[in-house]
Amino acid sequence: MSAILSVRDLEKTFGSVVAARDISLDVPAQQTVGIIGANGAGKTTFVNMITGHLSPSKGSILFEGNDITGLPSRTITRLGISRSFQVAQVFPSLTVTENMWAAAAIARGRDSIIARALTPLDTPEAKTEADAAMELFQITRYRDARAVTLPQGVRKLLDIAMAVAGSPRVLLLDEPTSGISIEEKFGLMDVVMSALKTRRITVLFVEHDMEIVGRFADRVLAFYDGTVIADERPETVLANPRVQTFISGTKPAGEGAVHA
Amino acid sequence: MLTAFAIFSDGLVYAAYLFLVAVGLTLIFGVMKILNVTHGSFYAFGAYGAATAAGVWFDRGWSDAGGLLFMVGLAMLIGLAIGIVLERGILRFVYGKDEVVIVLVTYAVFLILEDVIVLVWGPRSYAAYQPMVAAGSIDVGDLTLSNYDIGMVVLAAALAAFGYWALKFTRYGKLLTVVIFDREVAAAYGINVKVIYTVTFLIGAMLGALGGAVMAPKISVTLGIGVEVIVLAFAVVAIGGMGSIEGALIGALIVGFGRAAAVHLVPQVELFVIYAVMALVLGFRPHGLFTQPAPRKI
Amino acid sequence: MASRGTLIGAAAFAILAAGAPLLPQWLVSLSTIAFANALVVLGLVILWRTGLVPFGQALFYAIGAYAVALLGRYTPVRDVFVVVIAGAVCAGIVAYLVGFLLARYREIFFAMLSLAMSMILYGVLVKTETLGSTDGFHVEAGSFFGWRPQGAMRNLALFWLVLGCCAVAAVLVARYFRSVAGALAIPVRDNEIRVEFLGISVDRLIHLKLVISGILAGMGGALAALAVQHVDPQMAYWTTSGGFVFVTILAGAGSVAAAFVGSLAFELVRSIAVDLLPGAWQLILGSALLLTILFLPEGLGSLYARLRRRKEETAP
Repeated sequence: MSAILSVRDLEKTFGSVVAARDISLDVPAQQTVGIIGANGAGKTTFVNMITGHLSPSKGSILFEGNDITGLPSRTITRLGISRSFQVAQVFPSLTVTENMWAAAAIARGRDSIIARALTPLDTPEAKTEADAAMELFQITRYRDARAVTLPQGVRKLLDIAMAVAGSPRVLLLDEPTSGISIEEKFGLMDVVMSALKTRRITVLFVEHDMEIVGRFADRVLAFYDGTVIADERPETVLANPRVQTFISGTKPAGEGAVHA
Repeated sequence: MLTAFAIFSDGLVYAAYLFLVAVGLTLIFGVMKILNVTHGSFYAFGAYGAATAAGVWFDRGWSDAGGLLFMVGLAMLIGLAIGIVLERGILRFVYGKDEVVIVLVTYAVFLILEDVIVLVWGPRSYAAYQPMVAAGSIDVGDLTLSNYDIGMVVLAAALAAFGYWALKFTRYGKLLTVVIFDREVAAAYGINVKVIYTVTFLIGAMLGALGGAVMAPKISVTLGIGVEVIVLAFAVVAIGGMGSIEGALIGALIVGFGRAAAVHLVPQVELFVIYAVMALVLGFRPHGLFTQPAPRKI
Repeated sequence: MASRGTLIGAAAFAILAAGAPLLPQWLVSLSTIAFANALVVLGLVILWRTGLVPFGQALFYAIGAYAVALLGRYTPVRDVFVVVIAGAVCAGIVAYLVGFLLARYREIFFAMLSLAMSMILYGVLVKTETLGSTDGFHVEAGSFFGWRPQGAMRNLALFWLVLGCCAVAAVLVARYFRSVAGALAIPVRDNEIRVEFLGISVDRLIHLKLVISGILAGMGGALAALAVQHVDPQMAYWTTSGGFVFVTILAGAGSVAAAFVGSLAFELVRSIAVDLLPGAWQLILGSALLLTILFLPEGLGSLYARLRRRKEETAP
């Protein structure tokens, strides 16, 4: 099966600090990939490079066979790679519906700014798209609430729903369950993952909770010190004692050197 | 050669003036993140206050040196008084609002104070030339330099050195540095940020008035002097980097020499060379020469 | 709702246009200036909705005005329609060019850089003899498709011209507010990063806003030059920009109508205040601005919205 997303020798350095290195992998279409690792292991840097927030220092990123390395984030979004954020990024002074309209309208229009000034925001197509996405993510009952008033879980769902409004083929979720109580986590992930399955979207999600990774991922990437140290099926990775030590943050004996 | 020397001396004097008017502005911005349009009013009140003081003092024929001290002292007292009214009466209610909104608040106050000047001093011009005359001049080659101007350069240099020392080595300076770096952290460590704000604003206000007082003998103290100064000071501060004392110094020198060169070489561009430099610097370094932009985090 | 607003607006314009001959001369002249300036304010409203406050919008205002004055002085072009369009186009081009720099900035940096741009023009105007230097120069009366009205008739004709320009601008800007680019103003103010990641360039959105507001300011400046029959560098000075910002904050960014009502109210209050309380005009101005910011942060326009909401709430 050919990969929808391919990464070769990806590296990111900030001055003398190596945030990511030697990352090479292929993601086939419609796979669900969990990304684990301690804080500072390079997970978010990886996500930021794929989605164009950071430009890689070295290496290449191919999406559906096209080189997207170093393109600005908005271009990457328009090509079909969307993302959500660790801290939900929504428009607080707009209602949920208006948030969705904005997302759907941006996603549907052409790239020309002049064309954007000539098309109305609330076209029937955009409204239908917004309604469908709200339904899919089960936030329709909040439709008239301002985003600033939403409970954390709903705000997360709205953030992801907005990312999905552009009909992406690949979606990166940066810690979709951070800030969510343990009881709510599984419910939220059930909604998100079944929605994304319906839309046949390839998913890469960063997650700290191993139980969630085990339940939802087809494949797990374990990050440590800027690179991928394990890339296997979840049950294999999670049983790996090396991974367990790394993720819990304690270094095993004989691996003292940290890249500076 | 003569032109080069004239550019150098004029540039230095003009830079001294710019630094004197910009240092208070940049201090307030650095600590409080307030772009204070009323700085122009402090300058104007300082100048008017000094002119009034000069009238009172020199009409009685008292000594020249004392006169200058009296002028500066009265001006700074007025600056202090207005500063207290402003900070306690208005600004403290808008802390934490959008930066742009606070600029508008200070703009509103600036408009009010412009008319207060008319109410207090009337529409006529004042002169306070006495200290300038008393100081005399010296001849350097073919060029005549005013001792008063030399004194102004010395004052600006001393103020810059004192500011540097105070920020680096005094307790208050260190506290300020912490507040500039991160006010939440400062508050969390038990620093009384509110008091720091008040004190900083008052120092800034007095510095603005000082600038006006020092300039009063060199200019005709008349309506609208604050309007002009505020945009000049903005330009200087923007070039150097808002909130940085070194930045204000470098900005003042760049603008000072730039303008002096323009005056002597291409007088047509004199008025806009300052803003052209500002646009140029900001085009390449959006946050000025001496400040680093905060990285965007997601 | 939008269509009711359009109807009310159209009715207001029609009544004004029809009633103008009955109004006293001074009121016609005052309204002409007020509505010419309202176009500038309308442009500022577009930027203010995204949280941007340009302290140098007088740049475009002066460009529009000087375009008219220079055409009158150095070319045989006198037709008011042509010169007004020329003023708007010139300002639009300048806005497009400085936009490449300005659109990258936000908050006070945007305000300051815009201020610097306008002060450059001010410096150029003051120092250039061929541009009239400090005194500026006289603006030719102009003709309306060959018709050259005099005295009171000219004032009326100009008023109708300004009113026509305002009507067109109001319709187009209202349309723009409903478009994707226009409606994204609040999202941009709320969360730029989100907007970028949804797939649209915020810088380009702001660049477009700058060009639109520049065109409006240029048109306003051109009309003001025709009305006053004089241009001078003061039109580019930062206090002129400050005046426009003032009316914008006072009116609020809620609607297109606010710009016109706000500008008219401003000119009326000014002319009354200057008569009754000479020397206290800026004091009144500053106090009003201060009170607006402190107690009505959404502008006077929001008062109306508040009243209506209260009515709806008390209604059964």
